[in-house]
Amino acid sequence: MNKRGTVAAASALALLLSGCGGGGPQGSSDSKLSGDRIVLGVLNDQSGVYLALSGTNSVKAVQMAIADFKAKHGDDAITQDITVETADHQNKPDVANTKAAEMYDRMGVDAILDVPTSSAALKVADVAKEKKKLYFNISGATTDLTGKACNKYTFHYAYDTYMLANGTGKAVTEQGAKNWYIVYPNYAFGQDMEKSFSAAVTGAGGKIVGRDATPFPNDNFSTFLLKAPTLNPKPDVLGTMQAGGDLVNLVKQYNEFKLREKGVGLSVGLMFLTDIHSLTPAALAGTTYTDAWYWNFDAENRSFADRFLKETGSRPTFAHAANYSAALQYLEAVQAAGTDDADAVVKQLEGKSINDVFLRNGKIRAEDHRVIHDAYLAQVKAPAEVTEDWDYVKILKTIPAAEAFRTPSADCKL
Amino acid sequence: MSAFLQHTFDGLVSGAFLALLALGLSVIFGMLRVVNFAHGAFYMLGAVGAYLLLTEFGVPFWWALLIVPLALGVLGMGVERALVHPLARLDPLYNFLLTFGLTLVLQDLVKMRYGTQSSPYGTPALLVGTVDFGLFDFPAYRVFVLVFAVVACVAVWWLLGHTRIGMVVRAATERPELTRALGIDVGRWVTPVFGFGIALAGLAGVLAAPMRAVNPLMGADLVIVVFAVVVIGGLGSIFGSVAAGFGIGLVQAWGESYLDRWPIVAQTSVFVIMAIVLLWRPAGLFGREEAPA
Repeated sequence: MNKRGTVAAASALALLLSGCGGGGPQGSSDSKLSGDRIVLGVLNDQSGVYLALSGTNSVKAVQMAIADFKAKHGDDAITQDITVETADHQNKPDVANTKAAEMYDRMGVDAILDVPTSSAALKVADVAKEKKKLYFNISGATTDLTGKACNKYTFHYAYDTYMLANGTGKAVTEQGAKNWYIVYPNYAFGQDMEKSFSAAVTGAGGKIVGRDATPFPNDNFSTFLLKAPTLNPKPDVLGTMQAGGDLVNLVKQYNEFKLREKGVGLSVGLMFLTDIHSLTPAALAGTTYTDAWYWNFDAENRSFADRFLKETGSRPTFAHAANYSAALQYLEAVQAAGTDDADAVVKQLEGKSINDVFLRNGKIRAEDHRVIHDAYLAQVKAPAEVTEDWDYVKILKTIPAAEAFRTPSADCKL
Repeated sequence: MSAFLQHTFDGLVSGAFLALLALGLSVIFGMLRVVNFAHGAFYMLGAVGAYLLLTEFGVPFWWALLIVPLALGVLGMGVERALVHPLARLDPLYNFLLTFGLTLVLQDLVKMRYGTQSSPYGTPALLVGTVDFGLFDFPAYRVFVLVFAVVACVAVWWLLGHTRIGMVVRAATERPELTRALGIDVGRWVTPVFGFGIALAGLAGVLAAPMRAVNPLMGADLVIVVFAVVVIGGLGSIFGSVAAGFGIGLVQAWGESYLDRWPIVAQTSVFVIMAIVLLWRPAGLFGREEAPA
């Protein structure tokens, strides 16, 4: 064997040996983490209508969770190298689809969080299933995520249309508002909400005396508002399924037409703290809605909200708190599993009972990956009762976790 | 009967916004032959301007009603001089693209400052509550909007019919070449007329602030309907725009109240009417076929 041949054989042997030693190109030999680190991805709306309720502040919430996790476990933490990647999906399903794939494949993201807009959330769930990586849906509302579109790698946190309808529709009916007039925007979310609300109201012994689809988007609701007190029987409550700018229009005009004075109360299908902030409590005083979490509910929530305020200048919406919780619970699951392997983490999470700042009586259902927890029936305070900024609602009633969410759907086969 | 009157009243209020916007659009088109796609954005700026005056400077609604249209009028004149004018001799497509682009820029500027959340703007204290008409009652603010818009339309009409500027505008609108041939300097009036049209859009925006959501996109959806209104009334016809504005407001309100099983009918009625009108009278209800130059 000549000299050149010897060198080649030696190098080949060295390469072979290093391969056997298990130290791949990714470094240290005992790491159970892909890429030796954990990467969380926050995929949401960072420029559009859901900017305030989730957006960049969701990223802050996830960073808070990472800091808390590191502080808690110190040197025992599975890794100190935990980072956040973010992207703007512009509420467009196709953009969400591409960005999610990019996050998992190119940015090394282990779990995607947030994703408002149901159509976008459904796309991300598909990508998670295909790539076998985790997805914690926080701000997408559709029950399909735990129904026919459920999958092993997707968990549904925070809220859904069933919870909203069941909470507000059922509770308000039981409190004596029997007759409902429902107006809903004429597109998928509104139609879905109208069905869920009608079912919840009639299930609780109430009656739908009128239901109207309104144009979407719409800046003038006066026709429907004029009609409300003239229906027979007169509705006790106007249930609105509008969101965003449409909700603002409707509430402004509801007040203008003095419907509350005419005996027609207001119930809102979906509302965030930031909506109340932008409409002012005066415009919404007395309105009931279902909240998944409220920052001033107790001392624990408040101390989290104080930290959040310091970081962001705003109080957290339930979506922000839920992002914090999901990130924290994911990291705890990785810690317990000793690996970020998706299947092992899923096994850790399934069936687990959890209490944290967001999840009260929380449980991750193994059957459909719905994360159940206490929800709340909330009412917007009268302006005179508001003593500090952002403290706009009082909690009328806690809806126990088992009641707040629907039972696992037969459509879901994980 | 009282319900019918209420819906009618309501339709007239919606119509008032359409009329004010269509009027500005029509005057601008008549004089400059520019289809101003940015009209909705200026309407939005009117509402945002009122909000800005209130929150940043504590200026109440009533002053905003005066200051905002004046400020937007001046801005409009600047836009005409700096952007619209240089493109006047080119293909109309250029101004079409310019005003469309301007809309995007204005919307994004407001988004950068205020985000996409709606900003709160309350009803002026004087007009909170309802007015009782015996058979029915109606929000006081809406009554004010209707009266104000009608007065504004009548004032513009009088201005056009009884002043020298009005005469020039009308002449230039209907027979631009002939007006020039008579030695009237049409060009001198182009800038102020553009500013005036923008001021009207701003005025509608201020009026909208207390009753509609104030956000960067509020003009984007409305402007499509306003275009249909202008086409129905007859491009460039002052009277046609106002009449069609109120008319479409009524049709939409009646449609929504009496055809409520088919919301799509009320929503699309304006475009269906536009199609029918165009088939029947290609120049619009009150429009005139372009005179040969």
